[in-house]
Amino acid sequence: MHEMSLIAEMMNMVRESAAHNNITRISRIKLVVGKLTMAMPHSLRFAFHTMARDGLFQGTELLIEEREVAYQCCQCGEKYLPDMPYGQLCPNCGSKASHLLSGRELFVEYYEGDSGKGEENGANTHGN
Amino acid sequence: MAQIRMETNLLGANDMLAAKNRRIFKARGLLVINLMSSPGSGKTTLLEKTIEALRGRIELGVIEGDLYTDQDAMRIENKGVEVVQINTEGTCHLDAGMIEKAWSRLEHLPIQLLFIENVGNLVCPAEFDLGEDIRVVVLSTTEGHDKVLKYPLVFQQAQVVVLNKIDLLPYTDFDLNAFNRDLQLVNPQIRVFQLSGRTGEGLAQWIEWLVEEVGKRVI
Repeated sequence: MHEMSLIAEMMNMVRESAAHNNITRISRIKLVVGKLTMAMPHSLRFAFHTMARDGLFQGTELLIEEREVAYQCCQCGEKYLPDMPYGQLCPNCGSKASHLLSGRELFVEYYEGDSGKGEENGANTHGN
Repeated sequence: MAQIRMETNLLGANDMLAAKNRRIFKARGLLVINLMSSPGSGKTTLLEKTIEALRGRIELGVIEGDLYTDQDAMRIENKGVEVVQINTEGTCHLDAGMIEKAWSRLEHLPIQLLFIENVGNLVCPAEFDLGEDIRVVVLSTTEGHDKVLKYPLVFQQAQVVVLNKIDLLPYTDFDLNAFNRDLQLVNPQIRVFQLSGRTGEGLAQWIEWLVEEVGKRVI
C-alpha cells in the first residue's frame, strides 16, 4: 500500500542527506520493514526500480530487511512470535494483554555511496 | 565508499504533523474522534443521529473526507453543524496535513467534540495518525463477521468498534460469537457498541459514552 509514495519519500530523504554529505552516487540503501506494516517488499522494489533513474540512484541496490512481528506478554513477560500476525494470546500463560515489540518498523537504516567518479573515501562515517 | 546511518522513519513527516495537531487539540480540551469504516457502513447516518442526540448538550464540529463530492458535508450542514469537506481526489485516506488545513477553518468555533469521518476504506486509514484521541471503527452486520481477521490492523488500532445495522441482524448470517471471539484475539481492550443508526436502537449508550469522554478532556 502506498509503496510509490513511501519510496518517493525515501529517495527525498536520502537525496537530501547525500547532498549534505557530499555523496554523488549511491550504491546501496538499506530499508527495514516490519511485517505488520502495509508495505510489501516486492512492491517497494518495483516502485524503486520504476522511480530510481537519475544519476544519484543509477544502479543503486535496495536492500530490504523484514522484521518479524513479536509481542511481549504483560502478565508473565514471555516474548513470542504469534501464529497469525494478530493473534495475541500468550502461549505461556494465555493472557490477552500484550504489547508489540517489533513488526511495525518502516525506516531507512543506512545508505552507502561515494563522491563522484568512483573516488574512495575509505572510512565509514556517521552523519545526518 | 561511505556509509551514512539514518534510522529515519518513512512516515515521519505525517507523524510529526499528527503530533502537532494533537498538541493543539489537547490545549483546547477538544475530543477528536477518527471514524473509520468501509464505504456504506453507515458512518454518516450515525453522525446525523449523534448530532440530533447531542444538540444543546455538546458543541460539535465535523471534518468529512471523501474522494469526491460534498454530499456528506451537505448532510452534516443540514443538521446545523459546522463542517469542512476534504476531497482527496484519489488518495484513499486522510492524513495529518489535510486535517491541519481543515482545522484552520474550524478553530475559531467553540467546538468541544470534533468528528473526522475518514475516507471509506478499512486498509489505509489505519496507517495514518491524524492527531486524534480515539479511533472508532464502524462495521455493519451486512458486511460479515469475518472482517476483523481480514482487516486486523484497523481493529487493532481502534479503541472502539460500533457494530451498526443491528436491526438487520436477523436477515444476515452475521455470527456475533465469531465476531466477539475474533475481536478478543486482535484487540481484547476494544469497546463495542451495538446499535442501529437507522432505528436508534442502542444509540443511548454510544451517546452517554461520548458525553463522558468529552467531560474527561475539559480543561
